[in-house]
Amino acid sequence: MKAKHQRLILALVALGGVAGAGVLAASALRDEAAYFRTPVEVQGGKAGGGEAMRLGGMVAKGSIVRQSDGLTIRFVATDGKASVPVEYRGIVPDLFGEESGMVADGRMRADGVFVADRILAKHDERYMPPQMSEMPKNMKAPAGV
Amino acid sequence: MDAARGMTSLRAAVTAVRRVRGANRWTLLSGSPKDDAKPMHAYANPTRFLAIVKPLTPWLLGAGLFFVLGGAFGGLAMVPGDYKQGETARILYVHVPSAWLGMGGWTSLAIAGLVQLVWRHPLSGIAARAIAVPGMLFTALCLATGSIWGRPTWGTWWEWDGRMTSMLVLLFLYAGFIALTSGDDGQPQGGSLSRGAAIYALVGAINIPIINRSVVWWNSLHQGPSITLRGSSIDGALLWPLGLTLFGFSLLFGAIVLMRMRRILADNRVSARLRRLADEED
Repeated sequence: MKAKHQRLILALVALGGVAGAGVLAASALRDEAAYFRTPVEVQGGKAGGGEAMRLGGMVAKGSIVRQSDGLTIRFVATDGKASVPVEYRGIVPDLFGEESGMVADGRMRADGVFVADRILAKHDERYMPPQMSEMPKNMKAPAGV
Repeated sequence: MDAARGMTSLRAAVTAVRRVRGANRWTLLSGSPKDDAKPMHAYANPTRFLAIVKPLTPWLLGAGLFFVLGGAFGGLAMVPGDYKQGETARILYVHVPSAWLGMGGWTSLAIAGLVQLVWRHPLSGIAARAIAVPGMLFTALCLATGSIWGRPTWGTWWEWDGRMTSMLVLLFLYAGFIALTSGDDGQPQGGSLSRGAAIYALVGAINIPIINRSVVWWNSLHQGPSITLRGSSIDGALLWPLGLTLFGFSLLFGAIVLMRMRRILADNRVSARLRRLADEED
């Protein structure tokens, strides 16, 4: 066996080892590296007890209610399986709206309402011209969700 | 005192040249006929490499500029804004090619590192050095455009989600590689990489699939992939300028890498000539 082939095999074995280590590390990080918790995780008790956390989900259709003080809003965050009511006092990003994604920093209150102190809008992977968004759903580009 | 020290280091350099002359003829630009027999090393001869690269560079540069400007005009003036984001969506015509080249840059850098480790191809180290700076530049451009887009879209300049963090790690990997391969101390001759730098390039490549999968493996603020093997969720009316800028920026990247490789080769030639002169004086 030539030295060149030895080096090639050694490099490939080392590369395989490093890739394996990377995959192991990535899968071990699965929960830790998540940017937010989904409503089903929150209800399943993965986070609670008033500790600071991040909740992400879709804003349920027709759920945004503005309170009488004009600043506080309430809405329901959902992931299709579970939903969590959210209360937030402040200004939301322009892209925040019903049936679109959002991420909220805050904590669960004892009554099961998530009190947010910051809200970010989450954009999905669809891009299309304005006139197309009025077309029926099945005419749109594949959502790929 | 200084003069004496200068003479000593000159003498050391000359001895070093004599030592490598037999093993690494290529640095002294005397093309060896033996190299021609191996297909891998057919372009190791810089004269042959330059004969192809010199006329290719201006074409790559010109075509790259043409496609980038065409794509920019299409993206800024011809296509409509996004249905939801409006005008800010147009930043994707720079952001996506930057991300592609930042990640593609490290992929090719890692391949160059592997070629250097296994086959000791004399151009591989030069290619890796030439890729590092534009690769880092495009990674920085990707982070900057993403941040500028994130402020109006998400409502934040920066968040530590999986995609953004792994892309920032890529920027630091580039910085580390540039630091490892610059300076004169401990650098091998003729622009090739030290073994440590080549291994670093290979190990750093593990970050590339992590960046790519970060939005799939972990909940992230960054949206999932728009363009997959199954198709594109960017509508065709908004997609075509992205094809142009992707192609154009890639050609520009190629042109920059070739120009930088030529510069390193020219530097090598100068230092080889200086060493030969010192050799004759001795």
